[in-house]
Amino acid sequence: MLRFIFKRILEAIPVLFIVATITFFLLKIMPGGPFDTERPMPPEVKKAIYAYYGLDKPAWQQYAQYLERLVLHGDLGESQKYFGWTVNELLGGSLPVSVELGIEGMCFALFFGLIAGTVASLRKNTAGDYIPMSVATFGICIPSFVTGPLLILVFAIWLGWFNSSGWFFPRDRILPAMTLGLYYMAYISRLTRGGMLEILNQDFIRTARAKGASEWRIVAKHSLRGGLLSVVAFLGPAVSGIVTGSIVVEKIFEIPGTGRFFVNAAFDRDGPMLMGTTLVYAVLVVAMNLVADILAVWMNPKLRFE
Amino acid sequence: MQFDSSNLSLRRLLLSLGVLAMLSLLPGCGKRETLVEAADRDQVLLVGNGTEPQDLDPDVVTGVQEFHIMMSLLEGLVSEDPVDLHPVPGVAESWDISPDRKVYTFHLRKDAKWSNGEPVTARDFWEAYKRILTPSLGSEYAYMHYVVKNAEAYNTNGITDFNQVGYKVIDDHTLQVTLNNPTPYFLSLLLHHSWYPINIRTVAKYGDPYQRGSKWTRPGRYVGNGPFVLTQWRVNDVVEVRKSPTYWDRARVRLNGIRFYPIESLDTEERAFRAGQLHVTLEVPLSKIDYYKTNYPNLIKIDPYLGTYFYRVNVTKPPLSDKRVRQALAMAIDREALVKDVLKGGQLPAFNLTPPGTAGYTCRTHLQENIAEAKRLLAAAGYPDGKGLPTIELLYNTLESHRTIAEALQQMWKTQLGVDVRLVNQEWKVYLDTQRSLNYEICRGSWIGDYDDPNTFLDMWLTGGGNNETGWSNPEYDRLIAQAAATADPQQRLEVFQKAEAILMDETPEIPIYFYTHVCLQRPELKGWYPTILDNHPYKYVYLETNADAAVPLK
Repeated sequence: MLRFIFKRILEAIPVLFIVATITFFLLKIMPGGPFDTERPMPPEVKKAIYAYYGLDKPAWQQYAQYLERLVLHGDLGESQKYFGWTVNELLGGSLPVSVELGIEGMCFALFFGLIAGTVASLRKNTAGDYIPMSVATFGICIPSFVTGPLLILVFAIWLGWFNSSGWFFPRDRILPAMTLGLYYMAYISRLTRGGMLEILNQDFIRTARAKGASEWRIVAKHSLRGGLLSVVAFLGPAVSGIVTGSIVVEKIFEIPGTGRFFVNAAFDRDGPMLMGTTLVYAVLVVAMNLVADILAVWMNPKLRFE
Repeated sequence: MQFDSSNLSLRRLLLSLGVLAMLSLLPGCGKRETLVEAADRDQVLLVGNGTEPQDLDPDVVTGVQEFHIMMSLLEGLVSEDPVDLHPVPGVAESWDISPDRKVYTFHLRKDAKWSNGEPVTARDFWEAYKRILTPSLGSEYAYMHYVVKNAEAYNTNGITDFNQVGYKVIDDHTLQVTLNNPTPYFLSLLLHHSWYPINIRTVAKYGDPYQRGSKWTRPGRYVGNGPFVLTQWRVNDVVEVRKSPTYWDRARVRLNGIRFYPIESLDTEERAFRAGQLHVTLEVPLSKIDYYKTNYPNLIKIDPYLGTYFYRVNVTKPPLSDKRVRQALAMAIDREALVKDVLKGGQLPAFNLTPPGTAGYTCRTHLQENIAEAKRLLAAAGYPDGKGLPTIELLYNTLESHRTIAEALQQMWKTQLGVDVRLVNQEWKVYLDTQRSLNYEICRGSWIGDYDDPNTFLDMWLTGGGNNETGWSNPEYDRLIAQAAATADPQQRLEVFQKAEAILMDETPEIPIYFYTHVCLQRPELKGWYPTILDNHPYKYVYLETNADAAVPLK
C-alpha cells in the first residue's frame, strides 16, 4: 500500500511540472499584458514597472526564475494586479474559504444524495424512487447560475432568512453550500441508487433477509459498502471539481474564495496569480484522485491484490 | 412483501434524519434585522464598490473604485464641494494666484494632522509629488502632474534634480506650485488622488517608497489625513473605515464608518440591495432599470456623468480613410431611438464629443442626423446605396451592452445606407491590443473625464496622442489645442476649444453616440449624497437619517 502511494506521488511531479510549463508559456503567447490599460502609459513608466516585475527579461529566463523561487522557497511571486500583495498571501487568505465552501457543499451533497439514492433503491419503481430521481435529473440539468439566484430570491429576498451575498456569519454558508452541492447531490443519489440496486439483488442479501436481519442492518451493514464503490470512485474528481468549480457560486454569492482570483487572473494577465491558482488546483486534483484511489482499494478487497 | 414492517422503521429513521438536517439549517432564520437597519443605527454607510481595490496607495492605483475608498482616507490641498464638486479649502485653507495665473501659493491649515498625530506639512505634499513623479515607481497617473513646470521632464528621466520641478516648500505651511501654462482647471485637477499627500515616513517603513510593492497600505499601518481611518481590509470581502479622531474637520463628520463591498457582479449587487445589505449601489443591471423606474422610482437615481460613448474610426485604411464615408456613417445613426429603446438609462444622444456643460463649455457644432445627406456623401465617395463598399468590421470588447449597441447600429447602417457591417468581439486585453495597433476598422471606445474641463476630451486626439488610436492627425487641430493651453482668458480659451471640436466633428475620426449617465440604487435614508458628474461623494457631508416613512418594503 505504501509503495503504491509513494509511486503515485512520484508520478504527480512530472504532471505538475508539465501543467506549470504549459500555463506559463500559454500566458506569454496571449496578447495583452498585465499593465495594458485603456490609457497607455509613457514608455518610461512602462519600463520601470516591467523592470520591477522582471517582465523585461526573456521568457525562458522568467520561467527559470519562477521555477527556482517556487521550488526552493515555495514562493509563488508577487501579484501584478494587486500591488503589494504576494500570491502566497492572497491564496493563503482565499483558499481556506474555497475549501470550507467545498467541504460544506460536499457534506450537503453526500448527506442528501446518499439518503435519496438509498431510499430510491429500496423503493424501486414507486413514487419514492421516481420523485427523488426526477429531482436529481433536474439537479444535474439546472446550472448553479440559475439555482443560486432562485434560492436567493426565495430565502433571502422573500423570506429574509439569509443574506443574499457575503461571507460574514455562519448562516451565510447555507445557500452557497446548497447551490454548489446540488449538482453533486443529484449525481451521488443516482450513483448510490445504481450501486445499491446491484447489491440488493445479490444472493448474500437474500440470505441476510432469510435469516431475519432488519432492513436497517441489511442496508447499513451488508449493502452500503459494496453499493457505494461507484460513489467513492466519483468522489475524487467530485471534490476537486467542487473546489475548482465553485467559481460561479463564489461570484453569485460574493464569496472571497480562490475561484475569483483564478478567473480574474486570466483576464488581468496576472501571471504569478494565474500560475499560483492553476498549480494549487492541479495539486488538489492530483491529491483528491489519489485519496479516492486509496479509499477504493480499502473498500474493495479485490483491488488490494492487483 | 416480507420486509414491510422493517420498512417502517427505516422510513422513520430517514424522516427524523431529514428533519434534523432541516432544523440544523434553521438557527438564525426567521425575519431578522437587515444589515442596513443595523448600520442605520450605528451611522455606518454600506456601499457597493465594484471590484476589489488593487491597492490603496494614491500614487500607484488607477481605478475609480480605489479612488472612492481613498477619498475617505486622504485629503488633498483642496477638497470637493458635495453638491457640484467645485474645489473648496482642504488641507490648504487659502491660496493666492499670481497675475499671470502660473504660480499658486497654498497656505496650509495648522491643525491638519495625520492619523498618527503628526502635523500635515507642505513637505508631505512635496514628498508625495516627488514620489509619484519618480520614474522607478512607474506611476500610471504621474501625467496628471505634467501641467507643473518640469514635472514631465523629471518623470521621463529628462532631469534628475527634483528641486528644478515647480514645487517649492516655502515653510511648513506654505507650498508654492509653478505651472507651465495658465491652467484654469488646475484646482479641479488637485481633487484627483494623484495629488494627495503621503506620509513618506510610513511608506518607507514597509518598503522602498520609490519602488512598487511597499506594504504600507494594510490596516494598522495605513497613515492618512482624511476624515476616516482604515480599520479592516479583507480581500474580495470588505474594506472598512472608521471616523478619524485626528481629522481637522472631525466635527462635521457624521458617519461613524463606511464599509466598501467589492461586488463585481451587477446582479449580485442588485440582489444585495434588495435584501437590505447596501445603502447605495455602484450601478444597476441594464435589465433592471425599467423595473425600478416603474416600481421604485424613489430608489433609482439617474444622473449625468462626465463621459462619452463613441466609435473610433481607423482613418488609415480605405474605405474609411475617405472622410465622406465616415461622415455618412455618423449621420445615419438614430441616437434618439438608441438611448430610448435600447439603453433606457436616461442617456443623452451625443451629437458631439464633449458632454454639454463641461466646465461651462457646450459645443456649438452639431452633427446632423440626415439620411439623404448621408446617402449623397456615400454616393460622392463612389458607393451609391452602399454598392461597392466592402463589409466593414466593427470591433467591441466582449460585453452584453456593447453587443446590443453594435447590433442596433449594424441594423441602422444596413437599412439606411445599405452598408454591411460585421461584428467582431474580443476579450478586453486583446481588444486593447488590436485597437492600439490599428488593426481594426471601427471600434468601440469611451472616455470618462479625468477632471471637469473640455481639455480632457479634446487633447486625446492630438497627433500621436496615446489615446488617439485612430491614426488621425490634423496640424490645425494640434495648434488649436496648444493655443488653448496657453490662453489665460477663460472665455477666449473655450472659444478655441469650439474651433478645435468643430474640426474634430468635420473630420470624424470618431463617431459620438451617447453621453453617459450614472444609474444607481439608493436608499432614502442616505442624505448628503448629491448627484455629481464624477460620481464622487465627499463622505464628510454624508449621513443616514431614518424615519418611519422612509422604510421601504422591497420585494
